[in-house]
Amino acid sequence: MSTDAPGRGPDGQGQVRQIDLHRSRVEWLRGEGRLSDVVLSSRVRLARNLAGFPFPNRASRSDRVCVLDLCRDRILNAGLAERMLWIDLHHAAPIDRSLLVERHLISKQHAKGKLGVASGGPEEPRGVAVAMPHEQLSIMVNEEDHLRIQVMRTGFDLADALREADEVDDKIERRLDYAFSPRFGYLTACPTNVGTGARFSVMLHLPALKMANEIDKVKRAAGDMALAIRGFYGEGSEAVGDFYQLSNQTTLGKAEHFLLHDMEHEIIPRVVEYERLARRQLVERRGDLVADQAYRALGVLRHARLMSSEEAMECLSRVRLGAVLGLMPGIDHQHVTHLMLVIQPAHLQRLAGREMNQAERRAGRADLLRRELASVT
Amino acid sequence: MKCDHCNNPAITHEVTIQGGKKIERHLCKECSKKHNIDPAPTNAVNQILSNIQAMQGLVVPGARKGAAEQARPLKCEACGMTFADFKQHALLGCPECYVQMESQLGPIIERAHEGATHHVGKIPRRALEASREGGGRRTVEAILGSARERAERVSMLRRQLEEAIRAEQYERAARIRDEMRSLGEAEAEENPA
Ligand SMILES: [Zn+2]
Ligand SMILES: [Zn+2]
Repeated sequence: MSTDAPGRGPDGQGQVRQIDLHRSRVEWLRGEGRLSDVVLSSRVRLARNLAGFPFPNRASRSDRVCVLDLCRDRILNAGLAERMLWIDLHHAAPIDRSLLVERHLISKQHAKGKLGVASGGPEEPRGVAVAMPHEQLSIMVNEEDHLRIQVMRTGFDLADALREADEVDDKIERRLDYAFSPRFGYLTACPTNVGTGARFSVMLHLPALKMANEIDKVKRAAGDMALAIRGFYGEGSEAVGDFYQLSNQTTLGKAEHFLLHDMEHEIIPRVVEYERLARRQLVERRGDLVADQAYRALGVLRHARLMSSEEAMECLSRVRLGAVLGLMPGIDHQHVTHLMLVIQPAHLQRLAGREMNQAERRAGRADLLRRELASVT
Repeated sequence: MKCDHCNNPAITHEVTIQGGKKIERHLCKECSKKHNIDPAPTNAVNQILSNIQAMQGLVVPGARKGAAEQARPLKCEACGMTFADFKQHALLGCPECYVQMESQLGPIIERAHEGATHHVGKIPRRALEASREGGGRRTVEAILGSARERAERVSMLRRQLEEAIRAEQYERAARIRDEMRSLGEAEAEENPA
């Protein structure tokens, strides 16, 4: 196994080289897999802390450095993947941190280095390990908890994500002592994560329910089932492009496989059926309208000269719906899904090879979309 | 203030926020015991902070100790975090906080997790194996829990089972029974008769 550590020189404090992830497609955003007409991706996240250290929000800087060094060493030597990329985020350029957020490899909070409500900042010692080349596994160190193990899959495949997360967790636990109590399970900085520390999430594309004004019903039902609904970029983010992330809110008193079963057999298939029903009804009643909206969106994407990321996401969402429903034979919906990533600000700038302000990004985004969709009919 | 259910003076006061609505409960000693058997309704995680703030200045169930103990501000000996700090930030300072503030945290955790009181699920595998072989830093009991804790876990599962049966979720009920059986087997492995 080889390891790349762009954030470290020989003394662990070296200069950052650029992180070259922006050109490759993201495995979990391939738009394939089970129920992929509605489910974009699945994710399992495990929160873990080391015994004998304060949680990051209460730890001294030297404790945090110590935890970081310890975790980096154990993670890179645990044989988790063919190749592990390690990034010291406190040494990374802001644009690289944004790139990682856009690829869902780290949280926004981790990019900022926030430790609590009002503490922390970009200098906080913290990092992330990413399994290459597929980027389906990432491990954040010194986020809200010492370790956040995250496994992603394209389409609906929480079971396989849990299988890998469980294996990775065992390999790390062989080398590190976790904070664990018989009563509360894996101990976490926030008591809302104790127990299994396991968060199951699926990213859903619900444009038909949105058009039918049924999203509030989904939200209410989710609340009744103790699920949280968030936007494309997690906590606090808006549901851009009709993408919604659904995840469990409770982690205590329910075994992982129990929760998995609930999500796999009860909750998600029901939401998927609901969206599919709304799509069928839309096509039956107003197929012309759906096709019109999809082609209009494609027209905007192919011809606009200035484009915000919100507008681009809205248009791509409409086109994706049209493509998935078979109304747009010339469109490859996987290509459309990939475009949702490369139009994000950091990706756009890295692909262009230069920094751009917001106005330049609008122009650059429109250019990119015109080029990418030029041959599409 | 009087109890919501009878005329006795209320000793526990609880405020939960559900769907943006504040629900207050005031219970006497007897009724709050009953209330513990029937846990509080679900309560969204992102509302826990407002719950905690709503409870500020109110008596947390289970926190009623001797006067001397109440006067001393609650503090984790290991990291110095106080219960007031926690109420402010909703983050704990270290693993030891869970031990030192258990009586205060217990009801908060229970409400945040739909009435669950005990962990069910994965246990650190290497730590457990090491403790079984006697070579670990921790005893088996420190990982699997004392006999009392294990009994409490089983009674929590029994409550979940009854709830599933009441809601006619028979498949769920069957899976809870499997869970209870596997805990029983682990128990038997620990104490071979
Ligand atoms: Zn009463
Ligand atoms: Zn503490």
